[in-house]
Amino acid sequence: MKKTLFDKVWDAHVVDTVQDGPQILYIDKHLIHEVTSPQAFNELQDRAIPVFRPNQIVATADHNTPTLDQHLPVKDELSRKQLAQLSENCSNNNITLYELGHKYNGIVHVMAPELGITQPGMTMVCGDSHTSTHGAFGTIAFGIGTSQVAQVFASQCLLLSKPKSLRVTVNGTLKNGVLPKDVILYIISKLGTNSGTGYFCEYAGDVFENMSMEGRMTVCNMSIEMGARGGMIAPDNTTFAYVKGREFAPKDADFEAKVAYWKTLPTDEGASFDKEYFFDAADIEPMVTYGTNPGMGIKISETIPIDNDPSFKKSLQYMNFEAGKSLIDTPINFVFIGSCTNSRIEDFRVAADYIKGKRKATNVTAWLVPGSKQVETQIIEEGLKDIFNAAGFELRQPGCSACLAMNDDKIPQNEYCVSTSNRNFEGRQGQGSRTILASPLVAAATAVEGKIIDITKHLN
Amino acid sequence: MEKFSTLTSQAVPLNIANVDTDQIIPARFLKATDKKGFGDNVFRDWRFDKLGNPNSEFTLNNPVYSGSILIAGDNFGCGSSREHAAWALVGYGFKVIVSSFFADIFKGNALNNGLLPVQVSEGFLEQLFAAIESDATTQFEVNLETQTISIKDTDLNEGFEIDAYKKTCMINGYDDIDYLLSKKELIEAFELQKNY
Repeated sequence: MKKTLFDKVWDAHVVDTVQDGPQILYIDKHLIHEVTSPQAFNELQDRAIPVFRPNQIVATADHNTPTLDQHLPVKDELSRKQLAQLSENCSNNNITLYELGHKYNGIVHVMAPELGITQPGMTMVCGDSHTSTHGAFGTIAFGIGTSQVAQVFASQCLLLSKPKSLRVTVNGTLKNGVLPKDVILYIISKLGTNSGTGYFCEYAGDVFENMSMEGRMTVCNMSIEMGARGGMIAPDNTTFAYVKGREFAPKDADFEAKVAYWKTLPTDEGASFDKEYFFDAADIEPMVTYGTNPGMGIKISETIPIDNDPSFKKSLQYMNFEAGKSLIDTPINFVFIGSCTNSRIEDFRVAADYIKGKRKATNVTAWLVPGSKQVETQIIEEGLKDIFNAAGFELRQPGCSACLAMNDDKIPQNEYCVSTSNRNFEGRQGQGSRTILASPLVAAATAVEGKIIDITKHLN
Repeated sequence: MEKFSTLTSQAVPLNIANVDTDQIIPARFLKATDKKGFGDNVFRDWRFDKLGNPNSEFTLNNPVYSGSILIAGDNFGCGSSREHAAWALVGYGFKVIVSSFFADIFKGNALNNGLLPVQVSEGFLEQLFAAIESDATTQFEVNLETQTISIKDTDLNEGFEIDAYKKTCMINGYDDIDYLLSKKELIEAFELQKNY
């Protein structure tokens, strides 16, 4: 029978099937962080259950960490306690932890791929919905709740019903200034925030084939924003070249053997999907969101649609935007370049390339937050930090930061923030804050201009 | 986990689509290391203003609505995987959430905490909202054994789907850890012979 990429990886990990029920799926790698793991550790402790496979778990501190003065004790008492709890839990259970300040510390979905922990054909989970990021490697990777974190601790398995399959194909050549972020914002704007619920999504077509691993991670990262538990892209030479030589990647003959296996994973010609969508790359332009879910996106040159639905109106009221109006020239005081969606070296290269020789607008507070210590080092080594500093920007230290504003990086009430993160929900970046999702290029241009501009006119 | 079989209760209407888990429990409350106290902050930024004063327009602050059933708009629980959202709803006192569509991760988290997600058709959801609108004291019955939800004192009812395994877990108060631990030998055997 013809199989999809998803089928091949899923089927290879099924331990058993419950009669008339879910399947037991084996999990190769379990990533954990400080926010969604403590209650799972408590659960195991209360029930006197040991962690089954500690060597398949990797921990990092990212959600609740400051992005300034990381060498000092964390000021906020609750955050400090939560971080200390993670360290204690990892130490008690022999789990590898890249804590604050460690050279491998970073956002869980940035550090695992860059260390070669993420590999094609694996199953990976984390108590974080953006675990879908790792699907860029042809990995089944998805977010889980804390009860499931405890289940994986206890058994290295999960009880799951196999999701349905969805394929989104984008063919053609992307226009100048259209980045992977625009591609996924465009797809979500067309399909809506729940089109993928119950499905695992494969992204196919030459747009993704020609994308870097960083770009593929940006795309897969936001699969959850259309409801899909995960997204996947078939592993190819770009994938193998990225994985090769990384700290925890297989070496030498092992690597070659793995590559031979990984080459068998792409979807068979003629395999069928439960749902398929096709888009043309030429239709995609730089995108911005205008509402309070990631599906409420438009091309930067378009106007906000008109819709009488009460939830739609509530959303525009929150954003203080009017239906039928354009976002161009909207004054913006806050810009955030970071998050597990867009905090990799490529994102900072794009921003630096635009910013070079320009100045940050005086009204703008801009936070540039690398996804990991390694990205931070790369930014410095490539001279990007000098470009940012010369233009009046400050580079902060790694973490989730203003994407969810659990730390001090909060956008004030009623302020707009053009953000490279993944969610524009009400209050996501701070109580009463208003988020406009965009690519690193649009974010950089906004920071320089102090308002939203039609970037397409500036590039042509 | 608490057992669940049937529930008869009034309901609280929340007729908003795409309620995300950031609204159910904002990120700034996720610093706790236990499961307690989240109910106090459920829908925090809709329930209270920045100074902590109750927002009288929000459904949970409307004294005519009460009960342990929340009836919500389409695509409930989208966004972040935070199980804190389920803990917050359970902590507040909800036992059932009704919607025409649930986000995957939230649905799983709810089931793992004895909070029953009842998915109904859009048409029936409208009828539920209409019933509360005409009389806020309307009683609703949710029966997990027969997989039905009905509006009391009317002949309006609808069936709902639930995975047979999860149904057994809810009725008996079992959780997945018990089941997975009972399969440890199979899991160890799988590890020895996995071929990828």
